[in-house]
Formats: sequence, structure tokens, C-alpha cells
Amino acid sequence: MDFRLTDDQRALRAGMRGLLAARYPRERLRSLADSPGGPPAPDRGLWQALGEAGFFALRLTEQDGGAGLGLPEAVLLFEEAGRALLPGPLVATHLAAGLVPGAAEGACTVTALDRPGPAEHLASAEAVLLLDGRAARVLRVSPGGAPRALRARPARSVDSTTPLHLVRQLPRPPDGSATTVPADASRLCREAALLTAAQQLGSAFRTVELAVSYARNRSQFGRPVGAFQAVQHLCAEMLVRAELARAAVYAASLATGPEGAAEIAAAKLLADSAAVRNARDCLQVHGGQGFTWEADVHLHLKRGWLREGQWQSAAESEELLANTLLHEASHLPDGPHASDATDVLDAENVTA
Amino acid sequence: MDLTFTKEEEDFRDRLRTWLQDTLPRLPPEPPADDWPARRAHDCAWQRALHDAGYAGLHWPAHAGGQGATPTEYLIFIEETERAGAPYVGANFVGLLHAGPTIAAEGTAAQRARWLPPILRGDEIWCQGFSEPEAGSDLASLRTRAVRDGDSYIVTGSKIWTSHAEVADWCELLVRTDPSAPRHRGISWLALPMNAPGVTVRPLRTLAGTTEFAEVFLDEVRVPVTYRVGLENDGWRVTMVTLSYERGTAFAGEVVACRRTLTSLARTARANGRWDDPVLRRRLGRLHAEFTALWRLVQWNTCEAAHAARTGGDGAPGAGASVFKLRYSQARQELYEAAAEVLGPESLDTRHEWTAQRLSSLSYTIAAGTSQIQRNIIAERILGLPRGR
Repeated sequence: MDFRLTDDQRALRAGMRGLLAARYPRERLRSLADSPGGPPAPDRGLWQALGEAGFFALRLTEQDGGAGLGLPEAVLLFEEAGRALLPGPLVATHLAAGLVPGAAEGACTVTALDRPGPAEHLASAEAVLLLDGRAARVLRVSPGGAPRALRARPARSVDSTTPLHLVRQLPRPPDGSATTVPADASRLCREAALLTAAQQLGSAFRTVELAVSYARNRSQFGRPVGAFQAVQHLCAEMLVRAELARAAVYAASLATGPEGAAEIAAAKLLADSAAVRNARDCLQVHGGQGFTWEADVHLHLKRGWLREGQWQSAAESEELLANTLLHEASHLPDGPHASDATDVLDAENVTA
Repeated sequence: MDLTFTKEEEDFRDRLRTWLQDTLPRLPPEPPADDWPARRAHDCAWQRALHDAGYAGLHWPAHAGGQGATPTEYLIFIEETERAGAPYVGANFVGLLHAGPTIAAEGTAAQRARWLPPILRGDEIWCQGFSEPEAGSDLASLRTRAVRDGDSYIVTGSKIWTSHAEVADWCELLVRTDPSAPRHRGISWLALPMNAPGVTVRPLRTLAGTTEFAEVFLDEVRVPVTYRVGLENDGWRVTMVTLSYERGTAFAGEVVACRRTLTSLARTARANGRWDDPVLRRRLGRLHAEFTALWRLVQWNTCEAAHAARTGGDGAPGAGASVFKLRYSQARQELYEAAAEVLGPESLDTRHEWTAQRLSSLSYTIAAGTSQIQRNIIAERILGLPRGR
């Protein structure tokens, strides 16, 4: 057992951080957020660069043009993407690699839906991955508008770097407009939840950095506000949330198969909380600055809100985790700890 | 990132499981919670059984009489003994996790030979004399005085929150040996024999009604200078080694236990109908996530410690242990709050194990460094925020 990152994994993460620093610096994020016409479509040049770097094909075999790596490596890349608030249907395109021609190379963008609801980057996508049934389906669309089959209406997206449509229905199979592809939809949904959690994790650690940096540099009452315990303790709790989420997300990336569902639910739940609550606390540490458009904090908070509703909501994760407990309870072995405390007490009551 | 185990580690786990299966059914039943002499005998017998089977001081270095196991093997040991429902470390806690490792790291060969084997065999019990009525979170302000008199120290003062003081043979004691030095530089670490003249123990009753700890009064107690571990006035540094152990794997077994309690909560809630409440179900689901992640965090910290040990560090858990301690202590309290909701009115009956645990869990955010102190440590040592007051 060595839970730590291998040297190769560290190098992969550093490579991704370097790529994003060069191709997607903060000024780029800010200019996207300020686009006069609303959230723009993904930058095709950057998308292609990601494709060339292996971001989408990462888990395909080398024979299929991939790097033959696994979910732990994918998680590290998505964590970096979340840290930089890289926009675009990254998860869906990554999952579509090998299923939709061009996805692996970054030559097209693919969005995805597992139910009616918000769909990101729908108008610019070449395909929609439909994961509402047993088998995954692909809906080919021509970019420029939302496909009619989805009965979607454009939303004025709260996340100003992610265009959103609200989809009212998915085409029912066997609707001829969507073709079945050889992939298990529930597996893809679990992976989508995990990779979304990884993005939330990256954002959660980034807001810790932003809060700490602000608290060190902003002075009031003649000293940095970070010297006040009230502020220190906010920052400490932020780190605790992020570290707990990291342990859960990394471990879930190692849990394969359906039995990993509980680990992934835990990862998604804790990473969502970490991203959203850390962004809230980061905003608070920034004081009045935190409420301005100029500070980056609100971009993290809004992206966090979007991601927490995707793939597995808190309610779904919690119900899944609760049901796992019940399932375990029905398989409890007899032993010194198997008897419930209630039973013991009832027995006592009888004799009392 | 790898959470699988080597062949050697799996073999170690299998041997341990077999031994536990053979041994646990032969153990006498657990004595009543407040019968301290009986609990001491019970805990010592368990330690002796571990010793005879070659599992005593698993994580101690070989030169201290330990097995020199890797941190991963030690974690397997904690996990398996907890899963099998083996007795807790109990009265041996201070000896095995504080005083012993301190003596192993800082003691002379003669001191190691005198004190370590009885700890490993379960022959001698240690308690901890650190906190004082006026020195809690601000431990370095401790005032118990030790004045040199020939080849002895004359020790006067009082200690508080000393667990197992009534049944302990030895106390690891922090005393002030140089009142004129800066606070951290005038402290020494002494081994105090609890039967020495001038030692008085007064049990303290906890809010749970139990007498888990005591006040210890020291009235001109004579302690040989040879009982000092480390240099005179270097006791603060000597002690810090110990304290970081306490925050490392000390709670790892409890995470396994909490996780099992959670399963029992689900079963009880299903049986008494409270499972139909989605708010309660979701609460239990979130706790499941928390304890799953806390166990992963234990594994993460263990691997960091193992790496530090391999590369020349001391293997003692670093500031990351504060992250774990802070969250675990809160999660444990939330677990037993949820248990009270599952039980309903029954939770008001203190004979219920979960009610006793709900009460005792209240100490977790205070003992071994309060949550506020842990947040200070995280803010200053990990995040690098300026020192605050």
C-alpha cells in the first residue's frame, strides 16, 4: 500500500498545470467571464491542445491512440482543470473518447445528460451522450443550436463561463435520432460523478489558496487579517474539507466495478461540499472584495453550484450511502459486535 | 496511488486473523466499566497475550524490543483487531503510545531496559502527568516544580486529567526544572513511581458519571535523577515526539468501530421504523461518507509517515494528523447525535451503550488538543498564516 502519488503521476499533474498556465492563464478566464454575448463556446484551439496532450484519450489503450492510463491519472488531470476553472464539457468529451469519432483527439466537443435538466455547452456540441438507460446512446447534432429532440430552452447561466440549456426530455429509446454505443451507461455515470468530484476538489484547494493569500496580505487593525483566529479558523476548516475530499476522491479512483459506487458517492458528496462551502468561506475571508465581480471567488462558487447538481446530487449520494449501510446490516456476521445495543437493553428491561 | 497490499502484508493479515480467531473466544468477559483494578487486570492480560504471540510493540523499533513493523502492517493490526472485536489498548494506552515511544526514542540503554519490557509484557501501567489546573491548552505554562537535591529531584505541584492514575505504576511527568528560563526551555521529563511517598490521587467524576481520570497531587516527592529521560530542561522537545504519536494512528481503530456502529444504527433504524424518515437516512448516508473518507485519510497519513520513515524522518505523524483529529472528533460526536435520534426516547436511558458513547464523545473535541488548538496548528503550521492571539 502506497497511497501517495507516484513520480509519473506527479509529472503528469505538473504537465497539466503547466499546459493550463500557458494556454489558459487567469486573464483568459476573466475575459471569458466578461464576454458581452454571454458564456462563449469552448475555445477550439485549446480543446485541440488538450486532445494532443492526451486529456481525452488518456484511458484508451495505446492501440486505440490512448495512453493506457487509468482513473487515478484522469482524476489528477480533472483536479487541475477544476483548479483553473477550465470551462467546457470536459467530462462528457473524455467519456466519449472511443465512442464518438473525434472526441479522443479534441476535434469535437461532446456534452452529456443522464436525465432531463441542465446541459452545458449544448449549442456548440457535435454530439450528446445520453446515459439515461442501460446502454449509452449518442445523439449526433449539428452545432449552432440545441437539438429539437431534447426540447431544450437556453438559460441565462449563473456560471458566466458555462452556457446552459434546460432540457425537458430525452429521446426515448428506440428513438431513431440516437444510436446505441457499446458502453455501460451506469459505469459511465459513475465515472462522470468521480471526474466531476475531481474538478470540485481542484476548485476547493484553489479557494483555500486564494483565502490564505488574501488573509496574509490584507491588513486591518494594524496587522494581517490572517493573524486573527476568527479568520484562521475559517481557513483551517477549509483545508480540512479539502483534505477529506481528496482522500475520498483519490480512493474512489482506485475502487473499480459496481462495488465502488459507495466510494464514488462519498467522493462526490464530500467534494461538492468542499467546493461550495470553501468558496463561501473564501468569499467571507475576502470581505467586501469577495462580493465584487473582479474577485475570482464567485466564479468558483458558481461553478461549484453547477457541478454539485451534475451526475449525483447530495440527496442521491446520501440515499445511496444509506442504503449501502442497510445492505451491510443484513449481512452482519454473528460475533461480539453483531448484536445491537437495543437488543441488549431490551433484554435488560425484561429482567429489571 | 496504490491501496493494494503486498504478499507479505496479506500473509501478516492472515496470520493475525487466525490468531485472533483462536485467542478471542478464550478471553474472560470484560469487567464492569468502573472496576478499575479488574479493568487493569483485563487489559494487562490482553497485552500479555499479544506479547506472547509476538504482537507487542508492533510499531516500536527493534532496539526498543518492538517488532519493527511497517506503518502499513501496524494499520492492518489496528484494523483487524478492531474488526474482530478484540479488547482495546485500555490501561496500556499511555505506555504503548506515549511514554514507551518517548523512552524508546530518547532514553538511555539502561532506561529502555528498565521500562520498556514491562510495558510490552503488560506488567506495568503508565499514566500521563502533563496538564495542570492552570496549564491546559497552554501546556508550556506548567508550574509543577522539580528542585535538584543531590541525586534526586524534589517534586511539588499538581496534575489533572490523568487517566488510569489510580491503577498506574508510573507517570510520565513534565516538571519545571528552570523557572528563570523561557517557558519551553525550563521543562524536564521524569518517570514518577506512583507509589512514591507524597503522591496523592483524587479521582474526578466525568459528566458521564465515570471516573476515567484523576487529579494527582505531588507533595515533595523524591524522584531519582536517573529517572529523567533526555537532558535537563529539554523535556518540551522530548514530549513533542510523544504528542504527535497521539494524533496519528491513535484513533484509527475507533474509525473502524464508528463505521461498524453506523451499520448497527441503520439496522436499528430499520427495525424501529425511523428509517422511513428521509432526513435521518440522509444524515446516516453523509456520516457513511465521512467515516469512509476518514479511514482513507488514515491510510493517506500512514503512507506519508511510512515514506518519512524510509527517507530518514522519524515516522511521527506531522501536522496532517491535526486535520484528521479535528474532523474525526466532530464526526464521532455527530455519529452519536444521530444514534440518539435513531433511539428516540430510549436514548435517555444511560444503560444504553450509545448513550454512554454520546456522553463520552463530548471529550473528543477537548482531549489531546482542543479543536481550537488544532485549527491554530493548521492555520499556522500548514497554511502559513501569521501567528495570532
